[in-house]
Amino acid sequence: MAKLDAKIPNGPLAQKWTNHKNSLKLVSPANKKKMDIIMVGTGVAGAAAAASLGQMGYNVKVFCFQDSPRRAHSVAAQGGINATKNYRNDNDSVYRLFYDMIKGGDFRAREANVYRAAEVSSSIIDQLTAQGVPFAREYGGNLTTRSFGGVQVSRTFYAQGQTGQQVLLGSYSALKRQAAKGSVTMYERRQMLEIVTIDGKARGIICRNLVTGEMERHSAHAVVMATGGYGTIYFLSTLAVNSSGEAAYAAYKKGAFFANPSFIQIHPSCIPQLNEYQSKLTLMSESLRNDGRVWAPKAQGDKRKPNEIPVEERDYYLERRYPAFGNLVPRDIASRAAKERCDAGYGVGETGYAVYLDFSDAIKKQGKKVIENKYGNLFDLYEKITGESPYKMPMKIYPAGHYTMGGLWVDYNLMTTIPGLYAIGEANFSDHGANRLGASALMQGSGDGYFVLPITINDYLADEIQTPKISTDLPEFHDAENEAKARIEKLMNINGKTSPLAFHKKLGKIMWDRAGMARNAEGLKKGIEEINQLEDEFYKDLNITGSTDSMNQTLERALRVAASFEIARLIIYDALNRNESCGAHFREEYQTQDGEALRNDEEFSYVSVWEYQGNQKMPNLHKEDLVFEEVKVQQRSYK
Amino acid sequence: MKLTLKVWRQAGPKDKGQFETYQLDNASLDMTFLELMDALNEKLIAEGKDPVAFEHDCREGICGSCAMMVNGRPHGPGQEITTCQLNMKAFKDGETITVEPWRTNSFPVIKDLVVDRSSFEKIMEAGGFVNVEVGSAVDSNTYKVSKARADEAFDAAACIGCGACVAACKNSSAMLFVAAKVSQYALLPQGKTEGVQRAWNMLAKMDELGFGSCSNTGSCEAECPKGVSLSHIARLNREFIKAGFRKAGAEKL
Ligand SMILES: Cc1cc2nc3c(=O)[nH]c(=O)nc-3n(C[C@H](O)[C@H](O)[C@H](O)COP(=O)(O)OP(=O)(O)OC[C@H]3O[C@@H](n4cnc5c(N)ncnc54)[C@H](O)[C@@H]3O)c2cc1C
Ligand code: SF4
Ligand code: FES
Repeated sequence: MAKLDAKIPNGPLAQKWTNHKNSLKLVSPANKKKMDIIMVGTGVAGAAAAASLGQMGYNVKVFCFQDSPRRAHSVAAQGGINATKNYRNDNDSVYRLFYDMIKGGDFRAREANVYRAAEVSSSIIDQLTAQGVPFAREYGGNLTTRSFGGVQVSRTFYAQGQTGQQVLLGSYSALKRQAAKGSVTMYERRQMLEIVTIDGKARGIICRNLVTGEMERHSAHAVVMATGGYGTIYFLSTLAVNSSGEAAYAAYKKGAFFANPSFIQIHPSCIPQLNEYQSKLTLMSESLRNDGRVWAPKAQGDKRKPNEIPVEERDYYLERRYPAFGNLVPRDIASRAAKERCDAGYGVGETGYAVYLDFSDAIKKQGKKVIENKYGNLFDLYEKITGESPYKMPMKIYPAGHYTMGGLWVDYNLMTTIPGLYAIGEANFSDHGANRLGASALMQGSGDGYFVLPITINDYLADEIQTPKISTDLPEFHDAENEAKARIEKLMNINGKTSPLAFHKKLGKIMWDRAGMARNAEGLKKGIEEINQLEDEFYKDLNITGSTDSMNQTLERALRVAASFEIARLIIYDALNRNESCGAHFREEYQTQDGEALRNDEEFSYVSVWEYQGNQKMPNLHKEDLVFEEVKVQQRSYK
Repeated sequence: MKLTLKVWRQAGPKDKGQFETYQLDNASLDMTFLELMDALNEKLIAEGKDPVAFEHDCREGICGSCAMMVNGRPHGPGQEITTCQLNMKAFKDGETITVEPWRTNSFPVIKDLVVDRSSFEKIMEAGGFVNVEVGSAVDSNTYKVSKARADEAFDAAACIGCGACVAACKNSSAMLFVAAKVSQYALLPQGKTEGVQRAWNMLAKMDELGFGSCSNTGSCEAECPKGVSLSHIARLNREFIKAGFRKAGAEKL
């Protein structure tokens, strides 16, 4: 299994990154100028990485499907970004953040990567602040923090409820600065369809120009995937509606291994679905659980208004079940607890699939002004959508698909199993194990982008300084372009009756029912059959109107849905293989008597890494054993 | 809910374009406006017709993709919302709704309701950043910023780059967009040093790209989905006066 060398450096955990950095090769400024790097994606990860690599002197070609890098999905992150500044003297440290992430991830993440993510976190805040990101401040002028789910210290920096926007715009501004200098060339409105490999190395991409419909070939010495997550597999999710695993799938199909695909975070606090036309679910930030108390009525089917239910008749079930962490338990636990209440008939709202998030006590204690200051824009957002004011009535919330811990497998250098192909941000699998802690995605994406990839990629490129510019006339480019064209032709020629949106909705329902918050072997097996059936139907009955030689959003969507079938199956294979419950992956067959997840470290303390074998074919499973040198593996308890 | 939609259809940048009228019988009050557009497109696809191209992504008012004139107003009726946040409750059964793209020369139509806003990218490249290298940052608390100032900088930074301000302005000025960036940085010590030069560069680029000049009508502020305030234009003007002096000085050097 030579291919699965994680390249974890030797030495004590706290020294690994420093030692590793000292051992990595460098590329001289003169040579950097001669080398090209392709960056697909402009979220917090891609924008930071492209800006950094441009600054270092590489020629960076940057791609996104939006009309501007500033619109990447990262822009929607709300609650905050973690860093181990310990500004509050609450005994925070790199080790504590590392430990919180390892434990939060239910001991299914790679120690060395997680430690490094914690190690670089402080520099991210400094970098972003220097770039003019207006993080929230105290009256005295210093940065302030708040606490976030799953931890007992206050280390989350934020910019109201729009932290993702501000972090992304900070990195976007750095990207624009490099674009102005000419080190970065922007290619917006491009849909990447294929990765081009030459002699086994990633050398370029094929993409469709979304304005002209033309196929384009782009070459480089290395290619980076910063393409985000695949949470839209459930159709309704908190993600931007055009997010998808399409790009990761293209890499997987070309030979990049895919790790832990079934580890998908379901966020506990989203505005429940209001109607069948709905295109996405809106997140209500986890930070709200700092002051909001989660409850359901003690009586089943209680139809009274929340204000009419006296306190004694309310079940603050998180406080009841998890007294140590209460409302601040990690997301997977909070989500399952809500599902448990609703399945048992205690849910509220029209469908009975919602619970309350109540601020009345906090408003009483702290005053409306303080609460408004902390959450004003989230309350407004909630009121805009539901017509109810959280100042007067508790919010109704229910879990929804949110973040994919799984992704392209990468080694310590963030390189996939295809030499020269890297994956950063949500697109890789590396730092969150089976469950991600709040405010650590912006941190990991920005860390990968500013402080990890720009260091590690030199080690690969140092051996490429003799490689001249790569011609896009090579047969490999030709073949990859033809492959993409053939795929499009195939879809265009089906001439059926059903739109890609309708297929996506159906796929989403299968995935939510079979591979959502709780899974079991029987359901998962049925899921595979259902997906195959739906895919067959897709290739018989898809309808794409319009043409290929101009803007065609129906085609864009159809291509994403086509890629989703294989990802959906991959999720299910992985969930079926993992006969244990850990983090967000909850197999009903494996639970304790009181309904907690039952992990099986004897058999499953590994990363499941999948190798593509063809469409609708069972992929090959490789295992990366997880070795814990530093932490003692324990049953996770928040009680 | 039954509605008539008068939608601008334009096959490409060179096409003249015209309104088409569609009837929709299955609209519902809890839809958002973009979900209504989804429903229209599903209907068009089922009829074998080309659906209406429009831009959207986050669908929660933060990415700035969605951009439509609805009944003659950028982002439609309502205050401080984007088109994706526009709720069908704002309309009446039987109503005729007119849907158009942003209309300004600086944002040429690509197709139907999709316009080319790359001019905003060029303005940003002209100066919408702080000149700081990755890796050279000092500890964040070295900068002290009063809460009030930080909050004001945040209000400016909340701009989503949608372009509604330009679409709303009779002069097609991008002043509010530019002012929001200039003001955000001018308010913070990290960005203040280059404030004058930044204002100069961004405004020069705005002029060069054919955006009109600002005559203080305030329609940008009224239609801005993020409530970016005119006071930022006032701050920009102050920076610009300084810029004028500095530029004159620089030319002498
Ligand atoms: C509602 C919400 C709130 C969140 N809040 C928080 C929070 O408070 N704190 C936190 O830490 N995390 C939060 N997260 C998670 C976090 O926002 C994401 O994990 C993170 O922003 C992902 O960043 P990224 O750079 O990896 O990818 P993304 O931001 O998803 O960017 C993907 C990029 O890839 C491009 N791309 C993708 N496919 C293609 C293709 N085929 N061709 C061309 N380009 C392509 C896109 O154009 C885009 O530029 C939140 C997530 C959601 C959904
Ligand atoms: S200033 Fe307001 S209207 Fe103008 S681009 Fe920014 S958010 Fe849109
Ligand atoms: S779709 Fe993102 S702001 Fe409307």
